[in-house]
Amino acid sequence: MTSELVDFTLVSVALLGIGIYGLAVKRNFIRMLFAVEIIINAANLNLVAFGRFLPHSGGQTLALFSIAIAAAEVAVGLSLIIVAYRMYQNVDIADFRSLKG
Amino acid sequence: MADAAFLALTVITIGSAIAALELRSLIYGSIALMGTLGGIAGFFFLLDSPFVALFQLAVYVGSIAVLILFTVMLVKRELIFKAIEDKRRKFAGIGLMLIVMVALGAVFLDSGIKTITTDDPPVDFRDIGTDFVTYYWPALILMGLILAGSVTGALVLAKREDVENDQRTS
Repeated sequence: MTSELVDFTLVSVALLGIGIYGLAVKRNFIRMLFAVEIIINAANLNLVAFGRFLPHSGGQTLALFSIAIAAAEVAVGLSLIIVAYRMYQNVDIADFRSLKG
Repeated sequence: MADAAFLALTVITIGSAIAALELRSLIYGSIALMGTLGGIAGFFFLLDSPFVALFQLAVYVGSIAVLILFTVMLVKRELIFKAIEDKRRKFAGIGLMLIVMVALGAVFLDSGIKTITTDDPPVDFRDIGTDFVTYYWPALILMGLILAGSVTGALVLAKREDVENDQRTS
């Protein structure tokens, strides 16, 4: 293995930046969920990379937990998208303002 | 050889992450997201963690990406191809992205991470299994309950309220 820990962390930082850009710019609910997924994957990559280089099994274990919880988060997020789409016939979050005072 | 694989995976992962957010069609965007998730699985293979890599492929590429594709298909056709974004925020978002990348990248490059290398053998996946059933078993049970609860909650949320019972049974 010739790649080093810093290479993996830099890829992870790049993915985090792309995810933050998506969350800041996009107003499409589904695209924002994509951005959240990208950020979660950046975190998982960091966990596994540090677990490999320490080396410690905790990194991989935590990454497995994180992947499973992310699956739950996506299920709830997608069902919220379906409910919001049924109510407003749109996926633009600027339209979801019935809770706005 | 690992370096060439690393570079290829980096290009695939970051390129398809940008494509997932920027492609006009949501369907192509979700397929590009699959590329990102698969690229991350490739990184896990490079990090000698085949168990996590296969878990990532099964859970993310296999189920989550397909779930997202089906949700996209439920949305109206014109919404799939319409770019909904804040034009004013576009440059601010790009600036924020560059600030995060440069600042965090500078911190990492300046820290002692650069000197960390390892010749140790990779963690055996049997150790992960042992960890799960010994040290982390309460967390494992809690995770199972959270998963069951969230999937049930998602089903309840997505259920149609306006369909009468008699229509549903007929």
